[in-house]
Amino acid sequence: MTPGKVIVAHNLVKTFKDFRAVDDISFEVEGGKIFGFLGPNGAGKTTTIKMLTTTLPPTAGTILLDGNDPQKAPLAARRSFGIVFQDPSLDGEMTAGENMTLHAVLYGVPKGERAGRIEAALKFVGLWDRKESFAKTFSGGMKRRLEIARALLHTPRILFLDEPTLGLDPQTRNHVWEYIQTLAREKAMTVFFTTHYMDEADRVADEIAIIDRGKIVARGTPEALKENANAATLEEAFISLTGHAIRDEPATARDRTRTMGRLWGRS
Amino acid sequence: MGEIMSIIYILWLRQLKRYSRSRARVLASLAQPLLFLFAMGFGFGPTYQKAGNGSYIQFLAPGIMAMAILFSAMFSGIEILWDRQFGFLKETLVAPVARIQIVLGRTLGGATVAMIQGMIVFCFCLIAGFRIQHYDLLPVAVVFMFLIAMLFTAVGTTVGSLVEDMQAFPLVMNFLVMPMFFFSGALFPVANLPRVLKGVLRLNPLTYGVDGLRGALSHGFVFGLGADLVCLGMATAMLLGVGNYFFSRIEV
Repeated sequence: MTPGKVIVAHNLVKTFKDFRAVDDISFEVEGGKIFGFLGPNGAGKTTTIKMLTTTLPPTAGTILLDGNDPQKAPLAARRSFGIVFQDPSLDGEMTAGENMTLHAVLYGVPKGERAGRIEAALKFVGLWDRKESFAKTFSGGMKRRLEIARALLHTPRILFLDEPTLGLDPQTRNHVWEYIQTLAREKAMTVFFTTHYMDEADRVADEIAIIDRGKIVARGTPEALKENANAATLEEAFISLTGHAIRDEPATARDRTRTMGRLWGRS
Repeated sequence: MGEIMSIIYILWLRQLKRYSRSRARVLASLAQPLLFLFAMGFGFGPTYQKAGNGSYIQFLAPGIMAMAILFSAMFSGIEILWDRQFGFLKETLVAPVARIQIVLGRTLGGATVAMIQGMIVFCFCLIAGFRIQHYDLLPVAVVFMFLIAMLFTAVGTTVGSLVEDMQAFPLVMNFLVMPMFFFSGALFPVANLPRVLKGVLRLNPLTYGVDGLRGALSHGFVFGLGADLVCLGMATAMLLGVGNYFFSRIEV
């Protein structure tokens, strides 16, 4: 396992009409590190994750995921990462096991290895005995764990987590972070996550970047960030860097009609 | 190659599993065709017979089968909207798979479900008194069922890729599906219609599907077997292309 730069973003720009959502940002993440990407609502976090995960083409700039350019080689780039989206992305009408099998097939896991890997991944998140249950019967935390297990099936080198602990109770949140830290440690996986819980970022991240209004305003270890901002907690540092104003985010058609989705373990 | 087939297969299987697990959906999408079959079939039967056209059920049944396939296929295509809302769509779209494989798997799955629905309605037609005239043409009837199913799953895929909102669903039903059904010759013979109406019918691809089914199962072909196959086949190929194009442009 080479410890080189597994995620590289260089002069990344994304504009929507005349709005610069992501304004010339660059960062690199070393292999096996846990990287926290923080910022207020509408700062450009999700846009950046979308560009990194090949679902949105950047206006300018380059990305390399484990050496693959998502624009030039999207399939290779997609094989190199697993992702847990901000919103659930399971098929509730299928069982946990069926969700896993479908993912294994989509990601080209060889037939002979599927069963073994599914068992290992489900055991890792403690859902092996629930593999026959429909995903819709799972609690919010169980769904998250299932999604993490699913994202690991194709043994990616990078794991993207977009607010993985949103809407979970403290017990489940701790549980989820424990898994993630174990992953980074034992499987040398590079983890890129966003969150609004500063204490969590402070606890688990090796390095943090804070983005605001499309620009990276600070980077470093949690300790360095606190020290530079002369703050006792990461939250204080965050607020001193990004200000007190509350940000607005326009709702999409999906948000407006998401009433059903809200039943999915979100209060 | 094997990998591509297994991707298409697993997505096909998913559609079938979702269908077989949702009894409410099976019942709901059968209710309307059966209502038409029994209410119209027996309601207009005597009048139709007096006009010297023979059994109305014999005429109507293939149209009702086409209707069941149309409704079910459109619904399967539009399931993209549900998958979008429940987030599952993202899981397939970030997978290292060409979108055309996803479209193919989904469309074949949706079309298979629609054909099953068509077969169920066919059984009810037999109960209602429908009798097959040309047993040797049964395979031709199956081909027509398949083409109708593929065509309208593709239409559903197109609509589902273009609109983001579940609220668009009733609009689609009222302005696309219902007119297509009513102006297809499913309910009345094309022969003596006013010119304008006849023109509208000839523009509707479902007309050829209904004519093909009816030709193969009971009455003769109005447009001819070849014309029906060519028109329906071309429309299906075209819509598959259109559906694939719009599906490949979905951003999540």
